[in-house]
Amino acid sequence: MKFAVVVFPGSNCDIDMYHAVRDELGEEAVYVDYRETSLKEYDAVLLPGGFSFGDYLRSGAIAARLPIARGIREAAAEGKPVLGVCNGFQVLLELGLLPGAMRRNRQLSFICKSVTLEVANSSTLFTSAYQPGEHVTIPVAHGDGNYFCDEATLEELRTNGQIAFTYTEDVNGSVDRIAGITNKAGNVLGMMPHPERAVDELLGSADGLKMFQSILTHWRETHAVKN
Amino acid sequence: MTYEVQVFVTLKEAVLDPQGSAVNHSLNQLGYTEVEDVRIGKVITLTLEGEREMVDARVTEMCEKLLANPVIEDYRFDVREVSAP
Repeated sequence: MKFAVVVFPGSNCDIDMYHAVRDELGEEAVYVDYRETSLKEYDAVLLPGGFSFGDYLRSGAIAARLPIARGIREAAAEGKPVLGVCNGFQVLLELGLLPGAMRRNRQLSFICKSVTLEVANSSTLFTSAYQPGEHVTIPVAHGDGNYFCDEATLEELRTNGQIAFTYTEDVNGSVDRIAGITNKAGNVLGMMPHPERAVDELLGSADGLKMFQSILTHWRETHAVKN
Repeated sequence: MTYEVQVFVTLKEAVLDPQGSAVNHSLNQLGYTEVEDVRIGKVITLTLEGEREMVDARVTEMCEKLLANPVIEDYRFDVREVSAP
């Protein structure tokens, strides 16, 4: 399976993503420059964390208006797995591929620590390796992670099972303690915590590896017919 | 003609403004107890060349496409004629 790791100016978790896929999952990963326009040759798209374009204007706003946005939209429309972590989540929100928006953390400070997440939906292609309701330890590192959406959108997220992860404690003021959501089709996931920083016990937790394994399992299942 | 456009981007009323709350608290502590609410926004100043009748439509488009995030922000703008440099 071939993963694209999109690199924006200011991305700083691209190497972690690459490492997670190549060294821990054992699949192919390729860095894709933000000036490219197509992601056709990849089976999945990873949008890493960091501070694309210095977080100028709004986090993720400028990255979402680049030519590569077309490639990301196409991959999402084709049903390929698209995972945005931290700044990648903010980019997905700015692209309109996921509903809602990010506000400054309620406590205004940058939060950098390991948190406990509950797997709110374990039937997505990103979470199938987790048990329903499983508690996992994954680090967060963000200043703008306070997820917001209006009541109607929240109701829709709940009804469609789009809430993939919640924080077990209030971390940043997010509506409903939301840590990660998918689109309606379930192939686009945005989350503030960093699964790619939790892929080996040496890093303090290997709980994030299951996400990459879930993606791979899904890909093998959907491509088994062709082989 | 050259125009200067000031775009004001503010958080929608329903959206909590943590920065505003912190500044409100600080003002109250300084003794300005009459302050009941503080909201913080952005001012973006554009200098552009164009026909007056097109400016509003173009700037509205810019706001919708990039300058504001309609999920959480409102915007308004003032247009002012400036003499060419």
